[in-house]
Amino acid sequence: MSWFTKTFSSTIGRKIVMSITGLFLCSFLVVHLIGNLQLLASDGGDAFNVYSAFMGTNKVIRFMELILVLGFVFHIYDAIVLTRRNKSARPIDYAEQRPQENSTWSSRNMGLLGTVILVFLIIHLYNFFVPARFGGLDTVSIDNEVYDNLYAEVIYAFSQWWYVLIYVLSMIALAYHLIHGFQSAFQTLGLDHKKYTPFIQKFGYAFSILVCLGFAAIPLYVFFFF
Amino acid sequence: MDLTLRVWRQKDRNAAGALVTYPVKGISPDMSFLEMLDVLNEDLLIRGEEPIAFDHDCREGICGMCSLFINGRAHGPEKGTTTCQLHMRHFKDGDTITIEPWRAAAFPVHKDLVVDRSAFDRIQQAGGYISVNTGGVPDANAIPIPKSVADKAFDAATCIQCGACVAACKNASAMLFVSAKVSQLALLPQGKTERKTRVENMVAQMDKEGFGACTNTGACAAECPVGISLENINMLRSEYILAKATSENL
Repeated sequence: MSWFTKTFSSTIGRKIVMSITGLFLCSFLVVHLIGNLQLLASDGGDAFNVYSAFMGTNKVIRFMELILVLGFVFHIYDAIVLTRRNKSARPIDYAEQRPQENSTWSSRNMGLLGTVILVFLIIHLYNFFVPARFGGLDTVSIDNEVYDNLYAEVIYAFSQWWYVLIYVLSMIALAYHLIHGFQSAFQTLGLDHKKYTPFIQKFGYAFSILVCLGFAAIPLYVFFFF
Repeated sequence: MDLTLRVWRQKDRNAAGALVTYPVKGISPDMSFLEMLDVLNEDLLIRGEEPIAFDHDCREGICGMCSLFINGRAHGPEKGTTTCQLHMRHFKDGDTITIEPWRAAAFPVHKDLVVDRSAFDRIQQAGGYISVNTGGVPDANAIPIPKSVADKAFDAATCIQCGACVAACKNASAMLFVSAKVSQLALLPQGKTERKTRVENMVAQMDKEGFGACTNTGACAAECPVGISLENINMLRSEYILAKATSENL
């Protein structure tokens, strides 16, 4: 093996990959949330539909979409490799354990939370990304131009109680995943300093809650007030 | 105090083990946990049964030999103590206490509660030292070291290699142990010469021994009897990243 593959197949190296991809995915969440907030504009969805057409056609965005897919793939792949390794590192489990005495629930259940998020991601892509990218949406005319009406699709999905429930529960899982993951990513990169770490931890906590609250608020708002 | 113990009994490395229940009577609250086991073992000897094997040596919290996963916690319920320093007054009369060996693929059970921790020795041998070749003894104060750095190195050096970090970690990761050894040496001028090769070799050996990866749960530091901090793990990572990016080792 070359020094490069040795580095990134070590336990620390794989965590470095997970941390960098994780932080990258956090930046994606911010962009996605800002885009989603346009759903709340009272313009019948014009801004949102123009925005989603832009996101589907712009060359730079399409390139970043590819990077985003790779980010997910590496994050999930290394999570699976490491989880399998971690399980085999303790073949016989303890008869009695009190992990709540020494660590937080979210830090011990990142794999479970990640799986919930992955299931949500698949449902989410199937509902919105697939029709938006590969067709199947109604069209709408805005300023004499024809656009896919993704807005109508979203509003329809958010009018079903069970879809809103899945969405909100997934956002709670995401919040717990980020509460541990955000600050943990900095530690994994060895970025630890008396001066900055307390800020990173507080920021990560606020970031996790606010972003997930922002996402969850949209389907709730649509369900109750549209 | 009268207690009920559930103790892991395993004849040897290859035998299957099981939890066996033993009643113990007349335990003084001033006894240490190991003394309580001594009392049980004397009973077992009188009855002609095989005594319970467990690791111990100095019995004053220094050597790192004692272990035991007691009621779901490494070294028992008290913070910052080894099992030998855990006193029976922290338990109540009539308690049932579960006693298990450290559980990790890299720490195979030898017998009963004794595990083989030589994986730690092999990690140390991979780089946990400084090479001092010949020459006269240098003056102790010739190299200035800031007090804060010396303190950090000393704190890391207090690791007694007991393995509680591995036992407490849900991934059986040895990161806290390895990080204590790496940062102890990397912080000091004498250790800086070999710092890159050291961290590369020690981490490679850690992975080879089959320990898990670190998820930053912090369980290791919370259960460490000598209070090795998570700061060391982060230092290990920055040492590792620096070494992998800039060392001459391909």
